[in-house]
Amino acid sequence: MLRVEELHVEVEGKRVLQGINLAIRDGEVVYLLGPNGSGKSSLIQTIMGNPKYKVVSGSITFNGTDLLKLEPHERAQRGLGIVYQIPPKLKGVKLRELLRRLTHMYGTSMEEVEELAKKMDAYKLLDRDLHVGFSGGEMKRAEILLVYAQRPKFILLDEPDSGVDLAGLPVIGEAIRGLLEDGEERSALVVTHTGHIAKYLSGSLAYIMMEGKILCCGELQKVLSDIEEGGFEACMNCVMAELMCYDRAA
Amino acid sequence: MIELLEEVRERAKRALNKPSKYGPDVDISQFSPPPERPYTLDLIRANAHLLASVGIDVTEANRSGSYYQLDQEAVQISVKSKGLTVMSLKQALKEGIIDDYYWKAVPVDLDKYTAVAELMGNHQGYVFIVEKGVKVEKPVQSCLLMSTPGAIQAPHNIVVVEEGAELHVITGCTTMMEKAGLHAGVSEFYVKKGGKLTYTMIHAWDEETHVRPRTGVIVEEGGEYISHYINMTPTASLQTNPRVRLVGEGARAYLSSIVVSKENSLMDVGSTVYLEAPETSAEIVSKTITKDFAEVVTRGTIVAMAPDTKGHIECDGLMLSSTSRILTVPELDARHSDVTLSHEAAVGKLEEEQIFYLMSRGFTEEEATSILVRGFMDVKLEGLPEELKRQIEVAIAMAAAGL
Repeated sequence: MLRVEELHVEVEGKRVLQGINLAIRDGEVVYLLGPNGSGKSSLIQTIMGNPKYKVVSGSITFNGTDLLKLEPHERAQRGLGIVYQIPPKLKGVKLRELLRRLTHMYGTSMEEVEELAKKMDAYKLLDRDLHVGFSGGEMKRAEILLVYAQRPKFILLDEPDSGVDLAGLPVIGEAIRGLLEDGEERSALVVTHTGHIAKYLSGSLAYIMMEGKILCCGELQKVLSDIEEGGFEACMNCVMAELMCYDRAA
Repeated sequence: MIELLEEVRERAKRALNKPSKYGPDVDISQFSPPPERPYTLDLIRANAHLLASVGIDVTEANRSGSYYQLDQEAVQISVKSKGLTVMSLKQALKEGIIDDYYWKAVPVDLDKYTAVAELMGNHQGYVFIVEKGVKVEKPVQSCLLMSTPGAIQAPHNIVVVEEGAELHVITGCTTMMEKAGLHAGVSEFYVKKGGKLTYTMIHAWDEETHVRPRTGVIVEEGGEYISHYINMTPTASLQTNPRVRLVGEGARAYLSSIVVSKENSLMDVGSTVYLEAPETSAEIVSKTITKDFAEVVTRGTIVAMAPDTKGHIECDGLMLSSTSRILTVPELDARHSDVTLSHEAAVGKLEEEQIFYLMSRGFTEEEATSILVRGFMDVKLEGLPEELKRQIEVAIAMAAAGL
């Protein structure tokens, strides 16, 4: 269980999260929606431990462990993984080399990673510098391969369906499903604008964020159609309020 | 030949006090040629591990020939490949086979260090000659080892790649003393029409050694010269600026250098290429990493003197301490309008976002830094046999691990 309570976070003196409460059970996939700049990526980066995001107050626990006391690499080693929306470019760092090191670190199989690379039509990326000159779809494929090598218990997916063309979406969707539904109990927090990725994954609960707060939650498709009709404000009429969402899980 | 040698010596004597254009001046009077003493191969065998770190394979399994020089004596010479001559300079001078090459690519009176090589170098060094059309597959190696404190090591090396021939040279230079010394090696390389020479040099000196290599290369029509230089240990001072002349149509050069500079090292490392014939091209790539109080000047100069020539300089600097210094000096000198010359230079520290990215995958901060530093040092290792590529990768990994 990942539990976020009353989380307040600042970046360079600016408050980006203002009292977030969120609970995600083992094996559960939940979605996070909200307009640009509402704090979705900030929440994901804070859970992972990006030092740029200063926790002012509140707590984040993962299966009872206080994550705020752990360095980012310790969080990863405890089973947290992340798929970045826009990852940095690592010049001279070959994807294959990183995958090799990760499979070694996590005791996973390089053969299986290579197999997935072939399945995603991403094998040629292995010998390239990570994310240097990659297209949007290639970045996502590489990110999925990396997280697949880690096999995390909890995956933070930051817009896995953005920048991917229509033909690429099923490939990426299937790969994420394969990772989440491999017989182990894995959970995920998925940031999405369109909900396209949800077609491939289980879970139907969506949280809506605005201005650094979680306003409410509801059934994903209902929430999406409400947003389409009346914007983010409209969806608040038909969903549970924030604390009810939290109680549901907790 | 005797007249030639006398003339050369006269010119050298006049240059004995001539400082180098670049780099800190070294008072050469504090060094002297090592005393004559018997050298044996045992010293080399006992230092196999040290030599392996600079790419020397003492088993010689993957080598077409070897030259070992201890201080100023050639102690072991072997050759396994047909069409390849491996000889000491002294022997080559005696046989009169290098009269056309001796001090023809590097002027003997360039500065005090070339003068030292002529006057105090004991006329030693390696001579590699590949016959016309012969492609030597395995690399030939030269090992230059310093063992006498306060001594000069000044080898004079000559490589000739005849028409259509191909040769890979790996040179490993290191020291087994922890006292001051002066290494002033002269290297003259000649690549004839359609020939190809790759030259890999790995340096591992110490905090007390002053290093002044002097290199000149002349490449004829359609010839190719590829060089990779790696310096991975602290050095009292290092200054070098190989000069490559592409004198024949279509000749090309690629020079990469990876310089890791730590502690109080002072380094001034550059490359100069003259595009003297039409359709010649050159690329100079340098990667510099500084730590502690090290200071490095990185120079790259391309002089385009003929039409349809191309040149590119890339200087990247990575600073791992705020007390170090990197100065990059890329120079493009166009003396003809039909040329394409460009340069890129970037100096900075590792980006925090990149470190966090790797940490979020489970790597410690130290591991993340080492992965990024290793990535920074990545250069194209084109045209090299697999074994040499591996050797360079090992050297780079060792250099990255030492940071």
